[in-house]
Amino acid sequence: MFTELNSILNTSPDSFTQGDFILVSGRQSDASFLIHHFLSFYLRARCKVCFLGLVQSFSHYSAVCQRLGVSLAQAKEKRQLVFLEGLQEGLSVFIPQDDTTGNKALSFLRDPMVGLQNLYEFVRSSVSSPGGGEEGSDGSEQWGPPVLLVDDLSVLLSLGVSARAVLDFSHYCRASLCSQLQGNVVMLLHCEEEEEEDDGDDEGSERLLKGLIHQCCLALHVQGLPTGYCRDIHGQVEVCWRRRQGDGQHTQNKVFQYKVHDKGASFFARGTSSAVL
Amino acid sequence: MAAPVNSVVNSSAKCSSFNATSFQKKTRSRLISIPGTRPSVQNGQLLVSTGVTSLDYLLGGGLAVGTVLLIEEDRYDSYSRMILKYFLAEGVVCRHELFVASAQHTPDDILQELPSPILDDVAIHKPVEQPRLSHEPQDSLDAMKIAWRYQNLPKVQTALASSSRFGHYYDVSKMMEAEIREAAKCHRFYLPEHPTQSSPTHSPMLESYSALLKSLRDVIQREGFEVTAPMSKSRNILRIGLHSLGSTLWGDDLCCHDNPRHGHALTTFLYGLRALLRSSLSVAVVTVPSHLIQNRALMGRITRLCDNAIALESFKGSEREANPLYKDYHGLLHVRQVPHLNCLASQLPDHKDLAFKLKRKQFSIEPHFYSTDVFFLTSHMSFTLKQVLV
Repeated sequence: MFTELNSILNTSPDSFTQGDFILVSGRQSDASFLIHHFLSFYLRARCKVCFLGLVQSFSHYSAVCQRLGVSLAQAKEKRQLVFLEGLQEGLSVFIPQDDTTGNKALSFLRDPMVGLQNLYEFVRSSVSSPGGGEEGSDGSEQWGPPVLLVDDLSVLLSLGVSARAVLDFSHYCRASLCSQLQGNVVMLLHCEEEEEEDDGDDEGSERLLKGLIHQCCLALHVQGLPTGYCRDIHGQVEVCWRRRQGDGQHTQNKVFQYKVHDKGASFFARGTSSAVL
Repeated sequence: MAAPVNSVVNSSAKCSSFNATSFQKKTRSRLISIPGTRPSVQNGQLLVSTGVTSLDYLLGGGLAVGTVLLIEEDRYDSYSRMILKYFLAEGVVCRHELFVASAQHTPDDILQELPSPILDDVAIHKPVEQPRLSHEPQDSLDAMKIAWRYQNLPKVQTALASSSRFGHYYDVSKMMEAEIREAAKCHRFYLPEHPTQSSPTHSPMLESYSALLKSLRDVIQREGFEVTAPMSKSRNILRIGLHSLGSTLWGDDLCCHDNPRHGHALTTFLYGLRALLRSSLSVAVVTVPSHLIQNRALMGRITRLCDNAIALESFKGSEREANPLYKDYHGLLHVRQVPHLNCLASQLPDHKDLAFKLKRKQFSIEPHFYSTDVFFLTSHMSFTLKQVLV
C-alpha cells in the first residue's frame, strides 16, 4: 500500500468508495507495481479478494506483498484471498496428464474462441462464498465487500482471446461485482506503442483500452517520461476520475511522477522530484 | 524468479506447502550449492552465468534460474548464435545438463561449434592418468627440493575449484574438445525428427511448439529438475537453448505476414515455457529473428512474456560499418527488458547506449560514447569549409 497514492486517490483502508471499476494501464511501462498496491490495500481493508495472477507465480506476489506488510499465505488460509495461479494451472491445461482436464476456469487456453465464460463463473463462485450455510461459531470471519483484481488482461490477448471476449468478461464482472455485490474491480492492461494503422479485426489492445476506459470510473495511466529514461524518476502516472454526478459525467485529470523503491513507490508533482529539488 | 539458494534443502513439510515453484522466501536453513550458481546480492535469487561476463553484469549478476532470456537476432544470426553457444559452453563447463532445440541445424551441429574454454583453472575429468615419461625415474620427477612440505599434496585440481568460479572465458578460435563436450549430458530436439500429427485442436499453439513443450516437460520430469522433486538426488540446473523460434522453419508465419494467421502460437508457447521454468530448476535462452517480424506490437508481446530481453544489431553489411564512430565495435546491443521478480523495482543498466565487440577471448559489451577526436575532427572540418566558401 503506497500512502502517497492513497492521499492522491483520497482513499484509505477504512473508507473507500464501493462499486468502483478501476483500470490500471501502462504504455511501454510496467504498471504492475500498482496492482501490488491495490492487492495490499484491499487485504488491509478486510475485503474478500479474488486475485487472478496470470502472469507471475504465487511466490512472486507473496514476496512483494511481504515487503508491503501483508501476508498472502495467511490471507489464503483465512479464506480472505482466493488466488488463481495462471501459470501453474495453465500448464496442466496445455499438457494434460492422466486424462485430467485441468482447471476449468482456464479452459480458454485450450480453445480461445470459447471465450472467458468459465473464468467468469470461477470469479463469481469465489466471491460469493458460502457464508450463509456455516455457523458463526466455527470462527469463520466475515469479510467485507468482494474485490476482483486481474493481472493482467493483455496476457489474455497474447493467448489468443479476442478483445471482444475480454470486454464481455469485464462487463460481466462489473455488473455482478460492482453493481450487485457493491464490490470493486481492478484490472491491469498493458498497451504496446501506438500503432498508426488500424488492425482491421478486433484483435488489439487499443480497442480493448478504449472500451475499458469507457466502462471504468477511475483510470490510472502509467507512461514513461516524454523526455526519455531517467534513473530518479521512473515515469508519470495520469489519474483520471470519471465521477458520475447527477448531472452527467464529470472528469478530472491529474498527472504525477513516480519512483519505485524496494518497499513502495513515491509519487510527487511534476518537477518536484527529490533528485531535482 | 530464480530459486533461492536454500530452497532445495527445505524440509518435506515446507515442500508440501502451497507454493510449488522455485521462488521461495529465503529461510534460515543451511545453504546448498549447485555447481555453477551463486545467489544474487540484490535479492537472493539463484543466478547462473550466461557465459559472457559482461552480459552477466548487464543482467544484474547473471541469469536468474527459472527465467527466460530473449535474444533478438542480428541480421545474419552470427552474434546471437555466438551468445547461445557461450551459454551452452558455460553449461558444459559447470556440468549442467543441456537441452538444445533447433529447426534449421541439427543440435549436434550447434554443439560441435562450442568455443573452447580457457583452461587455467577448469578441471577436466580425464579418466586416464597423465602418462609419465618412461626414461625418467618417477622419484626425480616428483621430488621437490625446496617446497618439500608440499610433496604429498595432490597435483590434480579437484572439481571443487571449477565450481567456485562463476563465469568462464572462452577462446572462439578453437572448438571445444570432444571429450569435454561429451562429458555433459545433452538432450536434443530437432524438429524434422518429430513429425507433427495434425490432431484436431483449437489451441492457438502450433504442433511444433506443443511437441517442443511436451518434450521439455518430459525431460524436466524424468531427470528430476522440478522443484518439488524428492531431495535424495543432488540437484542440477537444466540449460535450455531454443534456436530461432518464430522462424518459418518452425511452421510459424510470424515472419511472413503483417497479420499472421498463427499470431498467438509463439506467445502461447512462451507462456507455457514460463510456466515450466517457474516450477523447475532450469533457465532458457531463446533467439527470435525479430528483424523479420514487421508487427511491432506482436514483438512487444513476445518481449513481455520473456523476463530478460536484449537485441543485437550488428554493423555487418550496413552503412555503419564504415562510420568512424563505430570502428572499434561489431554492433550495438539494446536492453529491451530487465525483470523485477520478487521485488517492486527493477535494476536497469546505467547506460542505455551499449556496443559489443567479439574478441578472440572475450565478448565485451561496453557503453558506447562518441569519441572526442572524431567530434573535434568533424567540427573543425565544418569550420574550415565555411572559411573557404566566404
